[in-house]
Amino acid sequence: MVLLGSGLQYLKEGVTPHMWCPGCGNGIVLAIIFRVFEELAYRNEETVVVTGIGCWGKADDYVVTNGFHGTHGRALAFATGIKAFNPRLHVIVLMGDGDCITIGGNHFIHAARRNIDVTAIVVNNFNYGMTGGQVSGTTPAGMYTSTTVYANPERDVDICALAAVAGANYVARGTPYHGFELEINMKEAFDKKGFSVLEVVSPCPTHYGKNNAMKTPVEMLKWIKNRALPKAEYDSLDPSMKDDYFPIGKLVDKDVPDFNARYDEIRARAMKGRTA
Amino acid sequence: MTPPVIREKSRYEIILAGAGGQGLILSAIILGEAAIREGKKVVQTQSYGIATRGGLSEAEVIIDSEEIVFQQVRNPDIILAMTEGTFEKFCDLARTGTLIFYDETFLEERKGNNLCGLPFTRSARNLGQGGSANLIALGAIVARTGVVRMESLVHVVTETFPVGTIEVNIKALRLGESLIAEHKD
Amino acid sequence: MEMFPNQTRLIQGNQAMTHGALYAGARFYAGYPITPSSEIAEECSVLMPKLGGMYIQMEDEIAGIAAVIGASLAGAKAFTATSGPGFSLMQENLGFAVMGEIPCVVINVQRSGPSTGLATKPAQADVMQARWGRHGDQTLIVLCPASVVECFELTVQAFNFAEKYRIPVILAADEVVAHMREGFSIPEEGELAVIDRKKPSCSPRDYKPFKADADGIAPLASYGSEYVFHVSSSMHGPDGFSNNDPANAARKIEQLHSKIEVHRDEIVITRSFQIEDAEVLLVAFGITTRASRAAARTAREAGIKAGVLQLLTLWPFPDKEIRFAAERAQTIIVPEMNYAGQVAGEVQRVVGPDRDIRRVNRYNGQIITPDDILKVMAL
Repeated sequence: MVLLGSGLQYLKEGVTPHMWCPGCGNGIVLAIIFRVFEELAYRNEETVVVTGIGCWGKADDYVVTNGFHGTHGRALAFATGIKAFNPRLHVIVLMGDGDCITIGGNHFIHAARRNIDVTAIVVNNFNYGMTGGQVSGTTPAGMYTSTTVYANPERDVDICALAAVAGANYVARGTPYHGFELEINMKEAFDKKGFSVLEVVSPCPTHYGKNNAMKTPVEMLKWIKNRALPKAEYDSLDPSMKDDYFPIGKLVDKDVPDFNARYDEIRARAMKGRTA
Repeated sequence: MTPPVIREKSRYEIILAGAGGQGLILSAIILGEAAIREGKKVVQTQSYGIATRGGLSEAEVIIDSEEIVFQQVRNPDIILAMTEGTFEKFCDLARTGTLIFYDETFLEERKGNNLCGLPFTRSARNLGQGGSANLIALGAIVARTGVVRMESLVHVVTETFPVGTIEVNIKALRLGESLIAEHKD
Repeated sequence: MEMFPNQTRLIQGNQAMTHGALYAGARFYAGYPITPSSEIAEECSVLMPKLGGMYIQMEDEIAGIAAVIGASLAGAKAFTATSGPGFSLMQENLGFAVMGEIPCVVINVQRSGPSTGLATKPAQADVMQARWGRHGDQTLIVLCPASVVECFELTVQAFNFAEKYRIPVILAADEVVAHMREGFSIPEEGELAVIDRKKPSCSPRDYKPFKADADGIAPLASYGSEYVFHVSSSMHGPDGFSNNDPANAARKIEQLHSKIEVHRDEIVITRSFQIEDAEVLLVAFGITTRASRAAARTAREAGIKAGVLQLLTLWPFPDKEIRFAAERAQTIIVPEMNYAGQVAGEVQRVVGPDRDIRRVNRYNGQIITPDDILKVMAL
């Protein structure tokens, strides 16, 4: 028996305690995923959790739905094939910032452009946690990692802004600190037809925190909490202030037909023999 | 009309050469497809560069009543050269009995028993279809050599070309045929 | 192009491979265009939606093979086509398809390289890339056509092997065979065997996606069926979940290899032309087979007993067939369109260091001719 509303029926038996460090946000995000699965009454048979490589990429080990653990950076491309061939499946893609936007950035852009009906839950902890805290495409300029010990000379990319400009139907951002809001946005993301992205700005006290004077999980989480502002509040900030904060909540919400719907139209044309 | 030089051979090796964009690969396909309809074995190959327009383009067709083992032309019976460069490149392959057709529009006139210079491109322009020189040449080659039957070519064009283009393309084949009829050796 | 059974048409090798895939039941294509394979993508973009299937042009070859792998696990017979540079990009995910035992077919239309090289010219220089291009301790199947008919038939065979053995199969064509046109008539349905992957019949609760049957192959369910399952690129146990136990790892690697080794006689396809009494043995594959056969024919006319062993399966390498054919031959010749003699080296390994292998190599983008071969026969 699992507690109603806990979502724990989606947790694989005998795999806890999980492998993630104390203070990591992954466990919180996974728990919310389970609760949303339950809220949406997802059946294991019709759900595929696709992961990449990295700390967050190990999440499939804890899930009882169909699972797919592929190669680094390509999760969205695998997911595209799964969803394109069987549109009835709920395809949830779990990627870190390394997977999603650094090695896999091109697939991210094109999944959004293609508007494939999958949901990407991107846990962004600003560095490569599993391999020892190296710099990633979301490490802010000037911050320290195990490969930017003199400070990061490069700038970070805004995952949500990129998703929006590349054509995603739904884009939201949250943090593990704002669990309640995160759950609302995650449910919206799962429910949305077309490509949906939920970025979770998440603490990595073990590496990123340690390297940037946030030695305890609490300090690291506070750093995130203090920079997260609801979108309306963020929008009203003086532009000179914006660099110190990021907006959370729903950022994009539209209903452009998804890839499978459009391809159905192509099939109808092809079957009538029209090529141009 | 000049009677076909080559007749009732069981095997033909043909080279169609010119610049990319002249439609020589298409001519080779039509010729090969026509031979298939006549129950022959056919291998059609091509060699081309990276430019869609310009550069060397060479198409080969082998027609045989038996299995064609090696896929490339070694002893051409027929060579079509649409440019000066391709004439120079491929005339070395000619041996006794090889018939060389060339486009008088672009090439210097040459003398020789096995040479047949005809104004393929000029005729195409006169037809108002500058791009049909390849089919005019094909019509001429078939009329002169009987490598396939003209009706087979017409049949392939009728069956495989878009409806709106069939008439003008058959006209081009017939124009090639008439160039041979008018040609004085 | 519409094709109907028993109607002979002039068909290009790339078209024949496309139609072979469709005949085998492929209904999913994802890839990235590259010369000289692009006609396959174009043809699939026309035909797949007509048949209720799907064509997706992905953002690169990495994504192309990834989408093929995903679709395969969703139940599709899926494939992609590429050339050397794109094939290199696919290698990491092909390693995953080996590890995850995911059926799929990759057509590699070889061109002259390395890199962009002579992009419109043929080569046979990906023999070793096809076998060893991936990381780690892996194996797969590679087939190699020499004619338009073989383009069709070996594509059907590639799907059959992929489905039967849960393994990626590479069809190593080349620019000439891919662009060559020959008369071809598509077989009637049922004329060629079409094999579908083995599906589980146990209760969903008991299903383990990597628990092999006695034949070494585990049944494969599809995402969306009543069977819920897990596939991982990590070392995994029979249930598909990560497993770091050394004994399990050894078992898995052994199974990946042995499922092919055990069935090698069925997988290795060769064709012989007058090798019964051959004193000169030509070991040939792909388009070079044709020059070899023509050379052998000319040699016989000159009184030299020459024969050709054509390798339609390149990997697993036809050791047994070559050893048998080489026993009676005095001279062995291996013509191939690469510098290093990628197949010649393997033939040397098979026949031993004491046998003299004459190599005929071209690597200038031009094909090997019968004369090239006759020269080393000293004719």
